[in-house]
Amino acid sequence: MTINFDKALGIHEQALQVRSQRAQVLANNLANADTPGYKSRDIDFKGILQGQVDIAKSGTSMKVTNNKHMAGQGLSSDMNTLYRIPQQPSLDGNTVEEQIEHAAFMKNNLDFQASFTLLNRKFTGLLKAIKGE
Amino acid sequence: MSLTNIFSIAGSGMNAQSVRLNTTASNLANADAASSSIDETYRGRHPIFSALNNDILNLGMKGNGVNIGVEVTGIVESDAPLQPRYEPHHPLADEEGYVYYPNVNVVEEMTNMISASRSFQMNVEVMNSAKQMMQRVLTIGQ
Repeated sequence: MTINFDKALGIHEQALQVRSQRAQVLANNLANADTPGYKSRDIDFKGILQGQVDIAKSGTSMKVTNNKHMAGQGLSSDMNTLYRIPQQPSLDGNTVEEQIEHAAFMKNNLDFQASFTLLNRKFTGLLKAIKGE
Repeated sequence: MSLTNIFSIAGSGMNAQSVRLNTTASNLANADAASSSIDETYRGRHPIFSALNNDILNLGMKGNGVNIGVEVTGIVESDAPLQPRYEPHHPLADEEGYVYYPNVNVVEEMTNMISASRSFQMNVEVMNSAKQMMQRVLTIGQ
């Protein structure tokens, strides 16, 4: 009997990865808060999660078996960054709104910690199972 | 690992903002530097920001590549007209009695300074958060 890490850890591993990549995208928005013409971006976490849920439900995933196939939606390996629609666009074409980006970054930080805690619990559980205490 | 990218992204932001603060300091220091000819007069300097693009570091994200920070592509001198003032007793006055003052708008520079220091703080906070996240990750399984 072997432990399959992919099955044992569940969705949390991918969630942590998406969170850290979203942190990068949001950090980039904040770094470019004063760049003229810069368009704010974000990752659609809900869409990615839905893709993962669909895969888990149907048990099948999109595979590229021919070079003419188009990439499917879902897995964390093809995350599309989308442009944010600004509430108050500025004159120089920049669509970064610092307060919104900052709030999103902080929330993402907390979500990251939540995902991390859940992942850590999985490891603790595995350790307990191995030790048999 | 994209968490390590955040350090370079926030670092580039801090660097760009410090260049901006530097030009602001230079403009304010020279705001009253008079001169006797139009060509020698100090002109306000402003940095040009642009988003830094690098597809090599973005292997995880296909499609539209995400930028990795901001860079200062150059520093330009302002085209605004200089301020000629009629001061015949000024030691630098030309034959007609005019001295030329820089085209630095002190109020504009002050707002620039506040904006730059706020943006700098923002990047510092982002870097701090990334550091906390990274430290949490290192404790996995403990």
